[in-house]
Amino acid sequence: MFPPPLHEKEEHAELREQARRFAREHILASAHAWDEAGEFPRELYGQAAAAGLLGIGYPEELGGTGGDVSHAFAVADELTLEGKSVGTVVGLGSHGIALPPIVFHGTDEQKHRFVPPVLRGEQIAALAITEPGCGSDVAAITTRAVRDGDDYIVNGSKTFITSGCRADLVTTAVRTGGEGHGGISLLVIETDTPGFSVSNKLKKTGWWASDTAELSFDDCRVPAANLIGEENAGFIPIMTNFAGERLMLAGGCVSIAQLAYRESVAYARERRAFGKSLTGFQVIRHKLADMASRIAAAGALVSELTTRHLRGEMVSGLAAMTKNTATDMVTFVADQAVQIHGGYGYMRETVVERLYRDARLYPIGGGTREIMNEIICKTEGY
Amino acid sequence: MKILVALKRVADPDNANKVKIPADGSTIDTAGLEFKPNPFDEYALETALRLTEDGTKPKVRDGEVIVVTFGPADTESTLRAALATGADRAIRVDANDDQLDGLLVAKGLKTLVAEEKPDIVLMGKQAVDGDTNQVGQALAELLDWPMATFAATIEEQEDGLVVGREVDGGVLELSIKYPAVVTVDLRIVSPSSVYSTKTDRSFKYNEGVRFSPLPAIMQARRKPLDTKSLADLVDDTGLKINYLRFEAPPARLAGVKVADAAELVDKLKNEAKVL
Ligand SMILES: Cc1cc2nc3c(=O)[nH]c(=O)nc-3n(C[C@H](O)[C@H](O)[C@H](O)COP(=O)(O)OP(=O)(O)OC[C@H]3O[C@@H](n4cnc5c(N)ncnc54)[C@H](O)[C@@H]3O)c2cc1C
Repeated sequence: MFPPPLHEKEEHAELREQARRFAREHILASAHAWDEAGEFPRELYGQAAAAGLLGIGYPEELGGTGGDVSHAFAVADELTLEGKSVGTVVGLGSHGIALPPIVFHGTDEQKHRFVPPVLRGEQIAALAITEPGCGSDVAAITTRAVRDGDDYIVNGSKTFITSGCRADLVTTAVRTGGEGHGGISLLVIETDTPGFSVSNKLKKTGWWASDTAELSFDDCRVPAANLIGEENAGFIPIMTNFAGERLMLAGGCVSIAQLAYRESVAYARERRAFGKSLTGFQVIRHKLADMASRIAAAGALVSELTTRHLRGEMVSGLAAMTKNTATDMVTFVADQAVQIHGGYGYMRETVVERLYRDARLYPIGGGTREIMNEIICKTEGY
Repeated sequence: MKILVALKRVADPDNANKVKIPADGSTIDTAGLEFKPNPFDEYALETALRLTEDGTKPKVRDGEVIVVTFGPADTESTLRAALATGADRAIRVDANDDQLDGLLVAKGLKTLVAEEKPDIVLMGKQAVDGDTNQVGQALAELLDWPMATFAATIEEQEDGLVVGREVDGGVLELSIKYPAVVTVDLRIVSPSSVYSTKTDRSFKYNEGVRFSPLPAIMQARRKPLDTKSLADLVDDTGLKINYLRFEAPPARLAGVKVADAAELVDKLKNEAKVL
């Protein structure tokens, strides 16, 4: 087993204890069922809020419980390890990418209007950047918002939006100006607005307990009061938001891999072949040792990234390196975990089968492996 | 209302299989074990918090809740966790587990009660490690206070408590006057099991012990935590209970499959000899 990350203090240990208990009481027993159902019950948001786990990283005056990304990661880590439902954890956490642009760039009125109901677990928030026609190339989005008096009229569509099927508010990237990154704005769109619709609930490889949506905007009239920051200045907030997301995604890889490793160690001890347990075979023990080593390495890098990020250093290059290191690691570990489980590893209901599918998202979502390398090339200067 | 809650940490019952006993059987080896608060004591703390608040305003404490544990320095994390849950201050009586028995803890608590003068002493009905189920009863005897054990429900009254105890065939209700000793059973943390005079009877608590949010965890580090030595509280610190020998329970054997009910009855009767 792995000790807690080096940057964590006593309060993180106590917070982990709370998250562990919440996961055991509210998630673990339903992990498989919610995945099969394609969603978890909405009440879980309220329960997580009541347990003080939803508002971590948000100021108390907005209904948050304070702390920073290190606390948020400690909670997500325990929820994953003890609840064993990655989809549930990412669904519960979708506000983690939807709210920061509002908190950092919104007006006081916007913050108080949008943030507290989400942190109370009453409303669900999603972030919508990606479109059917463009993902990595954020500067090419085509969803249009045209000013009409005190409103914007929005037309277009978004896809792959986490929690989009049930969201009450969607922080949406729209084109308000000319071509390229200088014409993009962020607009909070409330989903009860006429013209908004969920055009498709998408079927995915993994992350089943988390719903993923295709969204349509058809002459959707959105108050200009919902514009976050300046008009046509949305690109920078989108990019800074990605940095935080990458840290959480890299951390998510470490959580998934640790869970796959725990499951594999337990299975290898218990499963017998040729008259001995699987741990009796050096080949299997070495697989486990390789898994452990890579997890330790990626975990250490996530901890370094967290520490530097919290010190206020510029970390976009390191964040990209950490994400790629972590996604390569989880791809390897989840695959080995299935191998150690043999045929059971290929069967639904086996935890590592689910993790194997969940893990596939990480080199794609939040910026692909190739885009991470592009960022590294830029920050390294070649 | 002032409530003293006695807490003990125990080896994590989920990892009970890690408990090791050396070959000579002289002791239980606790090295490498993870510790948790005794669950019944956590329920006692939750009960104390419910008795000192209006359930709709759990951040406002009406009265004082003091937690006490007997243990080495690393048990302070158990106390800090209790402070994060909502207790106002903590006392640690410095001692190692092997220097304590139930009677000694009860005597130590008696002195603390004389100093603190609580209206109620609350604790779990037993600790899930030794399962001795003695301290509450011994303390009530030493103090000559009324006592209610295994409380499943508690209703605060003006001058005392009505305590419901689940017994064979029904619920026994006891009305006891302050000051009193109460030990709690697991159902005490059900949604409608504890009501202070301030909490409306229609209010329902979340099942179980409340969670501690991050701000409470941070605040807890600034709450007072006093340390006392066992010798300050008790003159004769000699043990009255001595353990002669420890032995691990026999390893469980693999089960057998029976063909039909007749064979099952036969085995129960002639092999297991339970019929
Ligand atoms: C489960 C899931 C949840 C998601 N949740 C959200 C969400 O909540 N909100 C949201 O806005 N988006 C979300 N996304 C979208 C995600 O961020 C995008 O899928 C991702 O950014 C990649 O974009 P794309 O799928 O359009 O791929 P593309 O950009 O079309 O890329 C296709 C391939 O080309 C490569 N490529 C592209 N450009 C380059 C280049 N310059 N150099 C080299 N290779 C390149 C890519 O690396 C990739 O291999 C989610 C996606 C998934 C799968």
